[in-house]
Formats: sequence, C-alpha cells, structure tokens
Amino acid sequence: MKIDDLFKLLKKYNVEELEGVRIEGDIEIEIESGANILPIIQALAQELGMAAYHLARASKILGFPVEQLFGGELKPEIEKKLEKKEELPRELIKAEFKPYKAKFPGKINEVTLGATPKEGGTRKYTITVGGERSLPFYFFDAEQPHLPVITIDVFDKPVPFPKAVREHYEDVMDDPAEWAKKVVKDFGADMVTIHLISTDPLLDDTPIHEAVKTVEEVLQAVKCPIVVGGSGNKEKDPPLLEKVAEVAEGERVLLASATLDTDWERIANAAKKHNQVVLAWTQLDINSQKTLNRYLLKKAGLSPNSLVMDPTTAPLGYGIDYAFSNMERIRLAALKGDVDLAFPISSGTTNAWGAREAWMKESPISGDTSWGPRELRGPLWEIVTGLTLALAGVDIFMMLHPASVAVLKDVISMLGGKSKESVDKDWLVVA
Amino acid sequence: MKAKSPLEIYKLLPQTNCGECGFDTCMSFAAHLLDRSAKPTQCKPLVEQAKKDEKARKKLQQIEELVAPEIAEVVIGTGDYAVKIGGEDVLHRHELTFYNPTAFFYDIPDTLDDKEIDERCSRVVEYRKFYVGKFLTIEGMAVRCVSGDAKRFRDVVKKVAGYGRPMILVSLDPKCMRSALEVVADKRPLIYAATEDNWREFLKLALEFKVPVTLRSKDLNTLKSLAVTFRKVGVKDIVLDPVTEPLGEGLRGTFERVIQLRRTAIHEDKDVAYPIMVTPISAWVIEGDDVAKAYWECVIGAIFIVKYADVMIFKSLEPWTIMPLVILRQNIYTDPRVPVQVEPGLRKIGNPDENSPVMITTNFALTYYTVESDLTSAKIDCWLLVLDTGGICVEAAVAGGKFTASGVKELMKQTKIEEKVKHRYLIIPGLAARLKGAIEDETGWKILVGPIDSGRIKGWLEQNWPPKNGDRS
Repeated sequence: MKIDDLFKLLKKYNVEELEGVRIEGDIEIEIESGANILPIIQALAQELGMAAYHLARASKILGFPVEQLFGGELKPEIEKKLEKKEELPRELIKAEFKPYKAKFPGKINEVTLGATPKEGGTRKYTITVGGERSLPFYFFDAEQPHLPVITIDVFDKPVPFPKAVREHYEDVMDDPAEWAKKVVKDFGADMVTIHLISTDPLLDDTPIHEAVKTVEEVLQAVKCPIVVGGSGNKEKDPPLLEKVAEVAEGERVLLASATLDTDWERIANAAKKHNQVVLAWTQLDINSQKTLNRYLLKKAGLSPNSLVMDPTTAPLGYGIDYAFSNMERIRLAALKGDVDLAFPISSGTTNAWGAREAWMKESPISGDTSWGPRELRGPLWEIVTGLTLALAGVDIFMMLHPASVAVLKDVISMLGGKSKESVDKDWLVVA
Repeated sequence: MKAKSPLEIYKLLPQTNCGECGFDTCMSFAAHLLDRSAKPTQCKPLVEQAKKDEKARKKLQQIEELVAPEIAEVVIGTGDYAVKIGGEDVLHRHELTFYNPTAFFYDIPDTLDDKEIDERCSRVVEYRKFYVGKFLTIEGMAVRCVSGDAKRFRDVVKKVAGYGRPMILVSLDPKCMRSALEVVADKRPLIYAATEDNWREFLKLALEFKVPVTLRSKDLNTLKSLAVTFRKVGVKDIVLDPVTEPLGEGLRGTFERVIQLRRTAIHEDKDVAYPIMVTPISAWVIEGDDVAKAYWECVIGAIFIVKYADVMIFKSLEPWTIMPLVILRQNIYTDPRVPVQVEPGLRKIGNPDENSPVMITTNFALTYYTVESDLTSAKIDCWLLVLDTGGICVEAAVAGGKFTASGVKELMKQTKIEEKVKHRYLIIPGLAARLKGAIEDETGWKILVGPIDSGRIKGWLEQNWPPKNGDRS
C-alpha cells in the first residue's frame, strides 16, 4: 500500500488531517511519541471509527509495529468502539433548561418618605421603598415595585473628610442648606440626609432648639424627602429627634435612629404624633433587630408603614461579610413570612470611607503591591460596599461621594430594568 | 450534597471508633464529612479495605457520592498554583459557607508585544495585598487569540505558560486552540470556548487533550444541551459561560442567567451543576475612557463575586480595581462558621526591651493583623497587648462594653507587663480614647491616646515617644 492509498482510504471517511499523526516520505509513518498516545487514538477512534481502525491496520500492513506501540491495547479498544458504533454525536443532544421558580409568602412593607402639600407636607414628591416579594432584582420571581434610592449625607458643621470627598463639598461645608441643594442638583441625590452632629455634647453641644433650625433650612432649600440624623449621643438624640419631628410636622421625615439603648419609645411616639418615619438601628444582629422592631411596633404602636431598619453597614474589608449575611438573613426571613422583619433596609454606605484602603495615600504595609491613586480607589470602595449590600436587600443607601452615587444609580437602574442601553459587541474582539 | 444527616454516612462507616481519621468516633467523623470539614479518604481502615474488598469499595464510593458537592469541582492548572473552582453546596453563605473562591484570570491578548506580555504577566504573579494575616493574590492569565494566527497564539501561550500559573486559553477557532494545546495541554488550561457553532471540534479537543472546557451560550437551553452532549461522551470538567453583557438590559439578562443557572443546579437540575464563568472584561466594549471602563469592570466583578461566579476574566490590572475585588472575594468566601479571632495575651513585636512602648488592641483577627503588620512594616519594637473582646473591633468593643478598663487591668495582670518594662505608659487606640480616664484610674498607668488608624503609628511615635516627663495625652 502506498501513502496515496492511505490518504484515499482516509478521505473516504472524510478526514483531511490526523492530528498527532504525521505521515512522511514513502512508507514511514511517524506517530508523535507523547506519553499519551492512546487517548489520541481513542479520540480518533471515536471520531473516525473505521478510519482509525483501517489506519492501524494499514500501518500494520506497511510493517509498522502498531501493537507493540500500543501495548496490544489498540485492537480491543477500537473494536469495542466499533462494535458499539459509538461515535461523537453529530447533533447536539437537545435539552430544555427549566428555571427553578421561587415563590415567597412574605412581602416587605411599603414605606413612603416625604409628603406633598396634599398629604400634609411641603415636599414636591414622595419616595416609596419596600414592597418586595423576592430577593433584590430577582424580577424573574416577582415584580419589584420600587427600586432602591440614594440619600446623600449633609452635616450641620464642617467635617474632616478624606481628600477625595472634600474637594466636592469644600464650597458648601459651612452652609447645610446650600450643601443640600448641591447634592440634589449636581449629584442627583433622591433624598438628603442632614446629620445634626454639632449637637454632640463632645463637639459643639448645639442646643436642640438651635439645631432644628438647620432642619427647617434644609426643608426650605430642597423639595425632596429628607432624613434627619442625630449625633449618636444616647441621651440627647431622643429629645432632639422629638423636636425635629415637631418642626417638620407631617413631612414624613426619616428619623435616625432609634436603638435598643436609647429612649426608642420617645422617638416612636414623636413619629406617630407628627407623621414621621423611624429608622431602627441595631448592630449586626438579626435577633436584636427583631426585638427592636417589635418594641417599636407592639409597645410604641408605630405603624408598620413607618418603620425602616438599619442593621449596620460594616464596610468592604471590615466586616462586610457580617453585614451582608445579616441583611440577607433578615430579608429572607421576612420573605418567608417573619412579619417582624418585613421592613425596608437602610445602609450607611458612607462607612466605606472608614476603611484605610479608601482614604490612605499608600499602603503602610511593606509587602503590598502599591494601592494606586486614592482618588480612584476611594469611590470604588464605597461603590463595592453599596453594591454588595444592594444584593442583600438594601432599599436606601446613605452615601457620600458623587461618583459612587452616580455609578450605584446606574447599576440599580440596569438591574432594575429601567435602562434600555445595550451593546452588542463581544469582548473577544476588544483590542 | 446528597447526605442530609450524619446517620446516612455513619451507616457506611466501619463503626469501630478507631479514631484514625482524627475524630473520636465514627459519628463525629460523619458529622465532619457532612459539613465538609473532613474527606472520606481520611477513614484509613475503609480505604485499605476497599483495595481488597469489593463491598468496602462500594461503600467508600457511596460515601463519596453522598458528600459530593452539588456543583462539580473543576481544577485549572497543575502543581502548587492549580486552582479549584465550583464545588459549591448552597445559595446563601450563611446556610453553610461558600467553598472555592472565584478564580481571577487576567487578559493577555496575543497581539501585545513580548515586553507588554511580560509586564502584564508580572503584574499578575506579583500582585499582593496583605489582609488578616496573609497576602491575597490573584490566580492566572487568560491568553486570548486576537491575531487569528495559530502560530502566534501558540507562541504567546507557551511564553505565558513559563510563568507557571493556571491559564485560560481563549479562542473560538479550533485550529488556533489545537495549536496552543499541543504545547500546553499538560498544564491543564481551561479552554474557552465551545459554542453552538464549533462544539464538535472543541469536544474533540477536550477529549483528546483531557483539559477542562468552557461552554458558551446566551441561550440556556443551548448551554444545557452543550453540557449534556459533552457529559454524554465523557467530558466531566465543564465550565458554563452564559455570556456576560455589560450594560442595561444585557446586564440584567446576565444577572438572571447566572442566578437561574446556579439556583436551578443547586435545587434540581444536575445537568447544569457546573462552575459558572463571568467575564467582567466585557465592560471594555462600552464607550468611555479607561477609568470608566475599569470602574464598570469592577462593578460587574463585584456583582458576580457575590452572586455565584466561580471564575472570571478581567482586563484591568490596575491595583485600585484589583484590591476591592480580592477583598470582596475574601469576605464573601470567608467561612461564617469560623470565628475571626486571635489568642488574647501579650505579643512581642520586633525586639522590645524595658523601654519599649506598650500598646493595646483587640483580638478581632482583622484588627490584630492590621496592627501587627503596621508595626512590623514600620520596624517598631514594642509590646502589644491583645485584649479579648470576643472577636470584635475596637469601635464596636468600646461601644458594646467589651473593651473596658477592668478588662485591660486584668490582661495587664495576667501578662505581667509591669515586670517587662520600666515605664508605666500604655498606648490605647484612638477609637478607645473615651476610656482614657477609666483605664488610668483602674491601672494607675499613664494612658497615651494613639492614632485612630495604626497605619499612622510611626509618625505618632516620632512625635510622642519616648514620653516627655509630665502630662501627655
């Protein structure tokens, strides 16, 4: 048999090239001596069926010591294949993918923030959060009536911000009303949070009656719903928030925050009396959250439509695993029917700026790869913190950096099905 | 895994409580198999028996099947740097834990010149970020055939293989793929990708070279059909790529596909129970400058680190995009069952003597390792007291009453710190400043309030140590 004949023989079986097998010269057949020659032949056998068998036989005819090379295994292996007539499938085996369907009995309470003149307030629009019947952005399980919103932090006195943040607020830091205007007009905030930190006895100890003037100014300056935060002082916050509730009568302001170790009842009562909403803040513990919610609802008689939870945001790298799982557990419990946890979730995403990776000029650790410019990594730290928790079920993000706000808004609108953008290009061709 | 109770496994064990597996009883061993903290082959008697006895062999096999993870495990690469992906059992980390962290691969287009290739590969192999006691790293390179030239692709693949890290070979052209596999198949690269158009050739390649293969389709019926077809003829090492679309409706569709794939696989459909690939590099097809693209790539990476991607391909090798993602991955894949604490007590940092400063921090692992590495990096010799705060950070421990003056006093007594130094100054974390007075009253030591972040301790010490006589705060 001549080489030409062998080629013809192979052609009959529609083979143009046998990989791993090179045929050279007149009668020499060289099989590349990888350690794994058998799999090649097996693969060939599957593909070529008879062809490979004939090749082996042809090789034998030509005097090539096939059996010796394959340790005698070739013949039975190939014959077995041939007997079974097993070849590579010519067509895809058609299979239908039937997506798993999840249905939850529970529903998150809807909470409306802000009130228009018709509703007894002075806001131009209101914002409703909650109403989920599925995990966030799982539209394939259930519709999600409201997408998460972003409120940007404003403080009632200048604060020592990281450089990347400071440059955006330097011009308005002395004027909370202007600051509030800026975050709405320039940075697209859905809401504004005014933190009355100057009331802290360890800072300026601003008297309550004076501090609430700032709230009135902000209500004048912007027409969106607002959040008002205290200083975190356990004694002063309840009377402060009580006064805030009074001066913002009927505005459905989110009062931040009631905690287990403050006079939560006083805050809840003020909210009831003046038609405000309470933020219930606990420290990374689902059971405490349940307890506090129950107190506010059952003992203080707060309406389920006036309660938002802050289960604590630990930032990326500094406990976000706890924050994420805590929120995810809370949300899943609520969807499964735990009515004590069926409330919208708020996240102090600004906490991301506490991470040294967000603000420090360079790594203090000698073995680290350089961290790169902080102007870029700071906002990204806030974005990734927020985004991660968005996937656990956050409804309200309290944020700081305008770039972080812009990116998170984009993601929310895309995952939320509000963006019609799309690109068709495949990354395989990216230069 | 199939097993729901340790009893199911216990039935198949020798029940002799010999302890050779490292656990006291067979039941305890079964419980550890159930939570995947032990492997069936740790039962030496059964393994030995299985070599001789068909019945024992079957039992071992049954146990292996009972404890096999819901999602197949696939290994990419060989040797020390081989990376395992998939092997997941749950949809939510609090239900158990996630196991094999998303593997990060970085794009190496074969159209780069050799210098650029070396630069990108070096960035991959050299990347390091210190975190909770160790350096986080990234896994490997995805060599992409852009040239369309089989020989060029093969040369670049060969060059990149020299770095010894796991690889993904990216080309839809079977000829180019074959050309590359001929030189690196023994390195066990993941090949990318078999599609509706080229699947027969890729099936041949996967069989012939025995390498893991990615199946790619936006249509989940097609993707499943590909998986079923490949599995039928003996390909087990499969990765599914439901195609990552970076924007708008496309991103939303990607989100749905990834979640549906994983959820359906965990719940009922073992035909799609394979690791999932997501390609944040898709962000680079959008319009915009490089920073915008890198940001968006990071966003896509973050979404799918949280939601089920087992392997990813990135383009940006900027440290500011890598860092948040390696940290997020570390956080999401941390075992929630393991407390992140270190032993309380006294640590020597460097070579402290009787005049060296004494500092205190908490036993929360993240806090401790951060402080320890900051001190070491800054070459500071000192004594570091580690207070048992139940594994929580300084700020929360102070607020929650776990970092207290009496706790500090007790720790100082136990560690006999007053015998180790001549001075009586204790440096406390800036975040514990409010405890200054209380600790002074309790211990009689002078308290110095250190910086809020231990990264600034060096500069602080230059200003404040040794303390000048008289009052300092």
